[in-house]
Amino acid sequence: MIKAILVFNNHGKPRLTRFYQYYAEDVQQQIVRETFHLVSKRDDNVCNFLEGGTLIGGSDYKLIYRHYATLYFVFCVDSSESELGILDLIQVFVETLDKCFENVCELDLIFHVDKVHHILSELVMGGMVLETNMSEILTRVEEQNKLEKSENYNLVLLPSGKGEKIQSMVSGMHQISSYFRF
Amino acid sequence: MALKKMKGTLERVLDKNMQDLVRGIRNHKDNEAKYVAECIDEIKQELRQDNIAVKANAVSKLAYLQMLGYDISWAAFNIIEVMSSTKFTFKRIGYLAASQCFNENTDVLMLTTNMIRKDLSSQNIYDAGVALNGLSCFITPDLARDLANDLMTLMTSTRPYLRKKAVLIMYKVFLKFPEALRPAFPRLKEKLEDADPGVQSAAVNVICELARKNPKNYLSLAPLFFKLMTSSSNNWVLIKIIKLFSALTPLEPRLGKKLIEPLTNLIHSTSAMSLLYECINTVIAGIPNHSASIQLCVQKLRILIEDSDQNLKYLGLLAMSKILQTHPKSVQAHKDLVLQCLDDKDESIRLRALDLLYGMVSKKNLMEIVKKLMIHMDKAEGTYYRDELLAKIVEISSQSNYHFVTNFEWYVSVLVELTRMEGTRHGRLIASQMLDVAIRVEAIRPFAVLQMAILLENSHLLANNSQRNGICEVLYAAAWICGEFAEHLKEPKSTLEAMLKPKITALPGHIQSVYVQNIIKLYCKIQKSAEENEDKELMKEMGQLLTDKLPMFIQSADLEVQERACCMLQLVKYVMKYQQKGGDVAEDLVELFEGELNPVAPKAQKKVPVPEGLDLDEWLNEPPSESSDDDITKMGTNIFLPAGADDYKTSFYDQNDKKARSEPSEEELTKIREARKVEQMHNPHYLKGDTKPNKKGDRSLSVTDIPVSNIDLSVPLHVPGIVSSDKYLKMAQSAEKGKKKKSKDKKKKKKKKGQEQESEDDEDIKPSHEVRTVVDMPEGAELSDKDEKDENDPYSHLDVNLDAPLRDEERLPVRTHRIVPDTPTKENSPSPSVGKKREKHKNESKEKKKKRDKDDRKEKRKEKKKKKAVSMLEEEPNLLKEDHEQIEGENVERVDETTNAGASQSLDTSKEVKTVNGTEKEKKADDLDFWLSGSDAANTPSPTKTSTEPPTAEDKPKKVKKPKTEVVLSSEEEAKEEKPSKKKKKEKSSKKDLKEKKEKKRKHKSKGDYEEAEGITTPSKEHIPASQLDTPVNAPPMSSYKLLAENSYLKLTYETRVTPQRKEQVVVSVVFHNQTDHQIKDLEFNVLDSINTKLNRGIGLSSHEAVKVPFILPPNIMNEGQFAFSFQSISQPSKLKGTLTYIVKTDDGSTHEKLDFRINFPCSTYIIATPCNGPDFASLLSSGELSEKGTAKCTPFQPEFSTNLLRICFYNHFKVVERVDNSASLYSRSIQGHHICLLVKQVDQVLSIDGKSTDSSLLSNVLDEIKVTLTEAT
Repeated sequence: MIKAILVFNNHGKPRLTRFYQYYAEDVQQQIVRETFHLVSKRDDNVCNFLEGGTLIGGSDYKLIYRHYATLYFVFCVDSSESELGILDLIQVFVETLDKCFENVCELDLIFHVDKVHHILSELVMGGMVLETNMSEILTRVEEQNKLEKSENYNLVLLPSGKGEKIQSMVSGMHQISSYFRF
Repeated sequence: MALKKMKGTLERVLDKNMQDLVRGIRNHKDNEAKYVAECIDEIKQELRQDNIAVKANAVSKLAYLQMLGYDISWAAFNIIEVMSSTKFTFKRIGYLAASQCFNENTDVLMLTTNMIRKDLSSQNIYDAGVALNGLSCFITPDLARDLANDLMTLMTSTRPYLRKKAVLIMYKVFLKFPEALRPAFPRLKEKLEDADPGVQSAAVNVICELARKNPKNYLSLAPLFFKLMTSSSNNWVLIKIIKLFSALTPLEPRLGKKLIEPLTNLIHSTSAMSLLYECINTVIAGIPNHSASIQLCVQKLRILIEDSDQNLKYLGLLAMSKILQTHPKSVQAHKDLVLQCLDDKDESIRLRALDLLYGMVSKKNLMEIVKKLMIHMDKAEGTYYRDELLAKIVEISSQSNYHFVTNFEWYVSVLVELTRMEGTRHGRLIASQMLDVAIRVEAIRPFAVLQMAILLENSHLLANNSQRNGICEVLYAAAWICGEFAEHLKEPKSTLEAMLKPKITALPGHIQSVYVQNIIKLYCKIQKSAEENEDKELMKEMGQLLTDKLPMFIQSADLEVQERACCMLQLVKYVMKYQQKGGDVAEDLVELFEGELNPVAPKAQKKVPVPEGLDLDEWLNEPPSESSDDDITKMGTNIFLPAGADDYKTSFYDQNDKKARSEPSEEELTKIREARKVEQMHNPHYLKGDTKPNKKGDRSLSVTDIPVSNIDLSVPLHVPGIVSSDKYLKMAQSAEKGKKKKSKDKKKKKKKKGQEQESEDDEDIKPSHEVRTVVDMPEGAELSDKDEKDENDPYSHLDVNLDAPLRDEERLPVRTHRIVPDTPTKENSPSPSVGKKREKHKNESKEKKKKRDKDDRKEKRKEKKKKKAVSMLEEEPNLLKEDHEQIEGENVERVDETTNAGASQSLDTSKEVKTVNGTEKEKKADDLDFWLSGSDAANTPSPTKTSTEPPTAEDKPKKVKKPKTEVVLSSEEEAKEEKPSKKKKKEKSSKKDLKEKKEKKRKHKSKGDYEEAEGITTPSKEHIPASQLDTPVNAPPMSSYKLLAENSYLKLTYETRVTPQRKEQVVVSVVFHNQTDHQIKDLEFNVLDSINTKLNRGIGLSSHEAVKVPFILPPNIMNEGQFAFSFQSISQPSKLKGTLTYIVKTDDGSTHEKLDFRINFPCSTYIIATPCNGPDFASLLSSGELSEKGTAKCTPFQPEFSTNLLRICFYNHFKVVERVDNSASLYSRSIQGHHICLLVKQVDQVLSIDGKSTDSSLLSNVLDEIKVTLTEAT
């Protein structure tokens, strides 16, 4: 089971938080802070697994994270998940975001966190991995976008402006190794 | 209206949307809180408007604010409003916000049930999708209970997208509503073989999660998972399955053996590291005894650890530590690698390497490794890692009773050195180690005491850090050791002075209390030695010192310290006074602290058994009747004398009586007590005390008399199993040590080591270093660490037997199991409320079905209220219900059911049980056994087999081994391969069948007799079971009911029934007779299917599951249940083994019982006595159609021909065509249309039968059976 999915930037600002178990808002913020604290002090060339989060989890839980450009993607999972599998799931998630936002960067997550949530909900549901096939995920996301558009034709379309593009995340991926290749 | 809409749109343009909010927050970095407060006010305004778009916008902003840590639960109701929007866009926003902030305590959630239900059944799959998604986050027990059914329905949706989500969410449902697990499980299992890989993956996911917590319940799925494993190419699914196997294999060693081959294949072949890693993990967990595989794993792991990828390195070490537990030797070979990892820059990796050290140490290298760790500790930055190092040092040294510590002086000095570590949280750990070593290793006490004295003298260094669990805890140990073993102190006086330093009062209370206690111990020891030396000066000096210094403890805020200090001070003062008078008190003083203390085992207190005769709830004194307060107080003081409380009391009163006879209440009291005792004696639930006559001695019963005795566990330090290897090790060690004799930190060690090695050569451990393993434990208690199940664990509720068939009360609140058969008649059946909805989507028959299902259910519920008798049946998941309904649909008006069919019918039907499922447990186990035993043989021969082979290869050896089981086996295999759809069809057809049976049965039954009845059988009209042939009135009573099985509880008789309409089905009607005075319930019926004959089980039940008998048997009551069997060939008789399990409810509780039986299906079962007139009979015989002939001769035990004829007709289902004297022609027909004509003649006592038929084996079998009928008395 995945207990929580956190995305925050290099300064610890949350960009997406998804808890699959209830925590009060202040505890959630504390967890984000603590996780950031644990993750941020690690070099980029150390392993992506981490134990020792005290607020979330316990001995059975691990933090599995990846660092892309300015963002950390952290999954808190228990022992029923495969560590390497989750790493690849993060990869799938980020690549899907990249496809959906065309060169995803932090700003996309900042201004469209709801969309990111919707994409994530096609990957993970209630803490369990729902789908890992990227093309299937993209199809579902697009179909829902179409549905949304058809409903909102008479409404002012949301500005899609990204404004300043900082750094595309995926171009900043330093390690796109897949443990899942087959 | 248009205007309003326009206005809404305009407003929306003007409103801040989420992007604006985000931008605003970014622009107000300095006063974010203020800005957000403004925004929230705006949002509140927006929420007040009617326009749903505005509301949705507001809610989406709230969702963003929630992420930033703002509480948005106040908007819960508005969120629900947005969720209920018909537009997908808004709905999605609403559900997102809900999933972010709703939880079990959100009270408005109870309003959502119907809305969610509507969304789940929406035409738009994405509406249902977002609803499922949201629900997965905020599901509550109530929602789970109310929606379980709808979710179950979604599991069979035609859309894989919804199926997938519905399957996943079931896990959440189970967690919140464990009762759903058993009813939903069959369907979940079905989904394991879903055509869509996503659905399959979801099902695997859910079952793996379930099985992780309660693996034993899922063992029976092993063959299915095995099949999936060898056939799936989806790595996600494979990983989950392999992980599941690692939970199952410890429960079933044979499974591990079976897995070796596919797993090693995968390890060799896969290029996916994640899969490789999980395979290795499962090999480690499941087949730890297969050294070849383990060796392979270790090799692969070494490659992982050496990889430059830190992730692989980390996982490699993690897996290595698991191997370590079973194969320390294999891992020890890679010690270099592990030690190298200790220097890795990555802390996670260092920590994992530390874990491995545990297994790397030996007597030889312990000191070396500890030295290395201590160097690391000096270098390490960050207290966390340092603490880990410290804990690890203690762990590796103390493991298995200090097995690897050859020199305890070294260890004590290591511990002392560790106290120099700043900021550790492990002060208590070090302290307990010190205490442990000092107590258990007698020989080390002098050294330890000296070291501790040094610590006490330098206590100011340690006392600075007074945080909890800080290093100051060490002083606790130091003080106690110095006090307890004061005789080893060189300068007790200076130690005593050190302990009385004012700084001590800054220490935590519990340490101070130990100080006070041990100060007195020291004082006593000093007094004693002073007295021996007649050093009055010293005695006085010490007394003075204490009376001066102890008051500082009296001022302590800690109650314990204060109390002890007061006591001690008074004691000292008293001693001084006494000494002034010239008395010797030292002897007495020392006695205060006499005796050895043993360590107390953990949980020893908990395990003290309640002494016999002690009833903790019993009044020690009857409170109201107590007349004298004196008594109460007397009794009150004795409240803690638990042992033999009764005895004690009476003896107490005996004594008391002498003094206090005058009080009449006392006598009354004793009388009352006596009366109560008499009552208790006759009360089986009361734990009786010892009622022997009171002795004066009993008076002394006290806590110490609780039967607590030391369990002598003293085990020498060596573990028996590894003596030989140890010896080698030691020999090498001593040889080596001879060369390089150097010590780590203490000079003394140098000389000691030499001696030690010598002694170790002779014995495992030098006696002076013996570690005592004696611990105090109550008698009878075990030293196990097993703890009771945690009641609060949500997963414990999911620990249910999934193989057992469903019980009535287990059904989901709304009926879900029923799948309406696709028969056309059903399609047209009148179900009024369905109409409209159905027409809407004619294309989707499935949808239709669902709906109708629901409507039916509604009706059901109504009916339920009306007729309780029927309700039980209706709740039943098996076919009975469908049949019931179908009958109504086709033949009887629906009204009938509720009105004129009335009570009699319902009673009737409730009696009939058509359990077409099967009792299973046993069978399941059998199947698993077959599957597993197959593996034993299968895995040995060819390791080159590809992974897809095993399933087919596995049964070959079985066939060779036990030819007898061949039939069973192949049928089982067939069942396995059978496609689900096919299965369903079959079941459906069998249902139809049953319906007919049922109808018949009912009519028949209403005559109140199921033994014999008159009737003529015609294929087209209503049919009466073949057994009920016309029997002349004067015939001896005959019953077609044969004994199936009997024991002291139950008697089972059965009869088989066939109908010409169903060519492949036999209904077995079993009469259950409860022969006890107890209620019998939970009857479960199961048989082991053969290739030819199979029990028709209900929908959703696999071919091994048991069928539940849907009634409870009250004492001495009979009831009948029907089970349908399908068969292929009728020309051979068959026998099926089966089991009935049930629970007998007695006064004392209930017992689970089992009754084995064997159902016979002789060929006569399949033939129906069909009337045939003379001419037809003649033309049939002359037509040449009946090509097969057979004859039989026998000597019947009944002399009369007519009786024999009747018997043939009755038992073997024939009709007399014509009878002339002692000869007769008989006719019958099988349900598959074979004609059988017989000519029976009796001459003297010999009866000869000539038969003609279309099927020779059927004929010969029937003839044999007739012979049996005639010759065997029944």
